[in-house]
Amino acid sequence: MIRFATSHEYARKEGDRFRVGITPFASEQLGDVVYVELPKVGRAYAAGEEFGVVESVKAVSSLYMPVAGTVVEVNDPVVQDPGLLNTDPMDRGWMVVIESADPSAYDALLTEDAYQTEIASH
Amino acid sequence: MPELLEPVILGQGAPGRRGVAIPEAAVPAPSLSEVLPAAMLRREAPALPQQSELEVVRHYLRLSQLNHAIDKGFYPLGSCTMKYNPKVNEWVARLDGLANIHPYQPESQLQGALEIMYDLQQWLCAITGLERCSLQPAAGAHGELTGILMIKAYHQHRDDAKRTRVLVPDSAHGTNPATAAVAGFEVVTVASDSRGLVDLADLKAKLDDRVAALMLTNPNTLGLFEEDILEIQEAVHAAGGLLYYDGANFNAILGTVRPGDMGFDVVHLNLHKTFSTPHGGGGPGSGPVVVGKALEPFLPVPIVARDASGNYRLDANRPLTIGRVKAFLGNFGMHVRAYAYILAHGADGLAQVSRDAVLNANYLKAQLKEPFEMPHAQPCMHEFVMSGSRQKAKGCNTLLLGKRLIDYGIHPPTIYFPLIVPEAMMIEPTETESKETLDRFVSAMHNIAREVEETPAVVQQAPHTTPIKRVDEVLAARKPVLRWRA
Repeated sequence: MIRFATSHEYARKEGDRFRVGITPFASEQLGDVVYVELPKVGRAYAAGEEFGVVESVKAVSSLYMPVAGTVVEVNDPVVQDPGLLNTDPMDRGWMVVIESADPSAYDALLTEDAYQTEIASH
Repeated sequence: MPELLEPVILGQGAPGRRGVAIPEAAVPAPSLSEVLPAAMLRREAPALPQQSELEVVRHYLRLSQLNHAIDKGFYPLGSCTMKYNPKVNEWVARLDGLANIHPYQPESQLQGALEIMYDLQQWLCAITGLERCSLQPAAGAHGELTGILMIKAYHQHRDDAKRTRVLVPDSAHGTNPATAAVAGFEVVTVASDSRGLVDLADLKAKLDDRVAALMLTNPNTLGLFEEDILEIQEAVHAAGGLLYYDGANFNAILGTVRPGDMGFDVVHLNLHKTFSTPHGGGGPGSGPVVVGKALEPFLPVPIVARDASGNYRLDANRPLTIGRVKAFLGNFGMHVRAYAYILAHGADGLAQVSRDAVLNANYLKAQLKEPFEMPHAQPCMHEFVMSGSRQKAKGCNTLLLGKRLIDYGIHPPTIYFPLIVPEAMMIEPTETESKETLDRFVSAMHNIAREVEETPAVVQQAPHTTPIKRVDEVLAARKPVLRWRA
């Protein structure tokens, strides 16, 4: 189960948790990522709130939380080696895992097909 | 094979080699340990290069030739206004009475310098249609910060503490949200509509009593004039917010349209863009702020004032001031150059500057609409944004088009900005370029587009004519090596 935000983050449902990262489309648009700033475990976010920053050779972009929740895991390897966001954004390049008391925003996110249609118009 | 690169000066030359040989003193020199405390002395002498004057001259001349500069070639770097810096301004700034004075001299000895600053303040007020000016800020982003801090002081003075937000369009320069964040505000982005202009509905939806200000560049970074500006200013003011004008694109409207008449409360100007002071590796910059009545009490101190008897003095007695934002009075040498530039042009000449800048940009836009994609077809102001997406589809993205342009002796345009246009190339020719130069640029761009079709490898491996072919920007950012010697 996976859904997508129009701001190009994905949320992969894993039980009552969500694994969050950016899509290959976002990573391709950014170009080579050189720096990633992620939150600490325990930090709580509303849906749509900014939770981090990615910096590429082209631009600095904010990351927005697709679903409300509290950070329970942070992918340190991606901070150490931001290139993972370019080579493997959907798997080893995940960013945070959140636990959500109110996953309602998830249902409003785009399905895979809807997201593909969305980015095809870019 | 000739040496294309110039070696670093450190380690060159030979011990004892000098530019000037000073005769031995007739009196014995004291040793350093007699005149300086031991703790202040180096244990060993620094490893400075020792070279003759000729070697030093050649070293720096060669370095300058490896560089690109407006004096060497076309420099259409969008949003940066890389216009020619007239040499007469350099002569004026080096006049003895202007170059060899000190800010600690008494005001009575600095009357000429203060008069120049006072007149420049007055002229910038007239040019922007606003009331009062401070020349202190050191550059554009510093002017922005000064302006936003004044807006903050204004709301605080009115006990209106709930205004914690600053609105910024998604086409804005990155310095706008950065400035608002540094000043302690929450940044809220306003969308652009299909015209490339501020989306009025989105703006109005975000306007409430939490908004301190809207920061706007007009024309915006797409080179398009915000034609709804009067409606925008009414809406922002009706909601109790103020309007900040980012002067980065002032070269488009200089002498023709005034930010004060559009309803802006504060403006910063980049003397190093619009008023032709050196820019890009040279500098320093200068970013005066000009304000309307609402913000006048909060200007930084001191500002230059003239008393009834015609004497100039520094006025620091302004109780609501945000304080000092720069040592002394700002980058005075730049004030002198801008003063000379304004005086040389006069009001009509300044209006001609913006007319020619707009004409040159529209000429280039018309000449390049094929084979490049123009996302916004309407006429532009002083610059325009086109897209390299057609070329990217053939394996040569905007970065590569820019690299190839270097082989034609032209500085690449601003690329990948603004972010709302994919594969963006932002082109600003300025008014100082001849039609022949513009035509050479057009012909280079058409050639490159043809190369993308016929011989893409030539573009993909560019540049071919520089001593260093391609800098590894990714490695440089991920593993920066900041010292020449480890």
